[in-house]
Amino acid sequence: METKEFPCIECPKGCRLSVTIDGGSVSVSGNSCPKGAEWGAKEAVLPMRTLTSTVAVQGSARRRLPVRSSGEIPLARIKDAMAALDTIVVRPPIACGDAILRDALGLGVDIVATDDLPLDPRSPPRGGRSAR
Amino acid sequence: MIRKLEADVVVLGAGPAGLAAACASIESGARTILVEREDRGGGILKQCVHDGFGLFRYREKLTGPEYAIRDQRRYGGLGGEILLETFVSKAARADAGFSLECVDRGGVSRLEAKAIVLATGCRERTDRQVFVHGDRPAGIYTAGLAQYMINVQGLLPGRTALILGSGDIGLIMARRMTLEGVEVIGAHEIKAEPSGLSRNVRQCLVDWGIPLELSSTALAVHGRKRVEAVTVAKVGPDLAPIAGTERDIACDTLILSVGLIPENEQARALGVPLDPATKGPFVDQRMRTLVDGVFACGNAVHVNDLADYVSESGETAGKAAAEYALSERGRGPGQRPERRLARVQAGPGLGYVVPQYLDLDAGAGADGAAGSAGAAGAAGAAFYFRSKRSMLDGARLRIGAAGPGEPAAEPVFKRSYLAVRPPEMERVSVPWDALAAAAAGGREIRVDLESAGRP
Repeated sequence: METKEFPCIECPKGCRLSVTIDGGSVSVSGNSCPKGAEWGAKEAVLPMRTLTSTVAVQGSARRRLPVRSSGEIPLARIKDAMAALDTIVVRPPIACGDAILRDALGLGVDIVATDDLPLDPRSPPRGGRSAR
Repeated sequence: MIRKLEADVVVLGAGPAGLAAACASIESGARTILVEREDRGGGILKQCVHDGFGLFRYREKLTGPEYAIRDQRRYGGLGGEILLETFVSKAARADAGFSLECVDRGGVSRLEAKAIVLATGCRERTDRQVFVHGDRPAGIYTAGLAQYMINVQGLLPGRTALILGSGDIGLIMARRMTLEGVEVIGAHEIKAEPSGLSRNVRQCLVDWGIPLELSSTALAVHGRKRVEAVTVAKVGPDLAPIAGTERDIACDTLILSVGLIPENEQARALGVPLDPATKGPFVDQRMRTLVDGVFACGNAVHVNDLADYVSESGETAGKAAAEYALSERGRGPGQRPERRLARVQAGPGLGYVVPQYLDLDAGAGADGAAGSAGAAGAAGAAFYFRSKRSMLDGARLRIGAAGPGEPAAEPVFKRSYLAVRPPEMERVSVPWDALAAAAAGGREIRVDLESAGRP
């Protein structure tokens, strides 16, 4: 029997969960909603995370486009997914929600844009004007 | 010739607060202009590529840019006008309201409005404000600047980083830098508990094996051209360094995540009184400041943890500003009704409470406009507060009225909490009718929190 204690991160409330793994059965206490119980059980066995990062941009004054995984992937594969993002270069136009990479690492999730990247009237960029 | 623009309501800043305010102002029938110094709206959310935004407002876990796009599209759909790359260089009272001097690529222009909404956000504390001694080489960044470099400019701030403080942006950046290949040695927090949300401690530090050293701080930076090492030491309960615990940590980057301060340059210029506890303007339940025609919202009022609450206060301020401006149309000088204000006092258990005043004739304010976590239907005024200290065995909130110097009467509102912590802002919606009735007759509203753990 093994007990793991950690805060729930399903919402900002941050309930302190206590998860007991006894053979095949997993029991959660400390949660204040069913979502917390479900998440706590999963977190103790196979933690999953949404990956958020950026990819390189060409043909725009902007240099990076923010992206996310369309669903959660195992925490243990986040670094592999980051390596896959390093090989990607996108060009405008891209709309928020567009898939940038389908079925990343064969995990069944897409990498999608989380911002619009419109055609840039000022492109091609000279020296990359900063947005600030 | 100086260009001249006119509006009922001018909103300063197109971050989440300003966007919500501008949308709500147009929806309330006011001619509205949104002024933004950057080349597009969204504010700091543009660089917050991580997720967790919008849980209350949209019941979704959005990234910063996704959250910001929603109100930008809403504003565009309303035909809203935005002046980009425009900086307000001077704000002053004028006959019909306010006159703002703006500078953009085309030169200087003048913007006249009956009401102003300050949605100018907040700034990060820098190394100059936390008294780290030693050298001032390259490699010292605020967490927000490091975030801008990585997420917007595509630049790495360094190779080996130490984080001072445990604010949310610092925690987010610990993970972000780790994912981008920077070795993050650890985060040092002077207080005995983390400043950031517990979910961020979990996802950003624990997930990646980054140590968090509590009751520990940076004393000095060493390095000639670039940071070479940082001296850290343990601190006692009085936050003073403990002699003999100093050690040098080799690194080329120091990231500061040591707090945020509301940005209120324009508020000061307009003579708006500021609350020393929040460092933002005193506001009423509809986000109106103590200066007629000036409203404020979002992180300019107090530093929020959640963008959802920033937007909510923006909606409230925008709607109130529009109503004020429309009521000013055709009103002569001296015809403005006197405000009946009741003071809201934060008790010893609270770090602060917003609003600091109730305008007894102005109605509830927040609920219904924001669609966020509030009681549906009944009109409620939103109160935002932070506890002064952690109460981990439970806490009781009481909101009641009393005459000056008198003990508080039976509370009009009570709530129990399983735990409260200063880093986590709380929000309650208090039934307006009961509140306004209790505050009438020159009484003040007392808000306090007491620990439920020990009698």
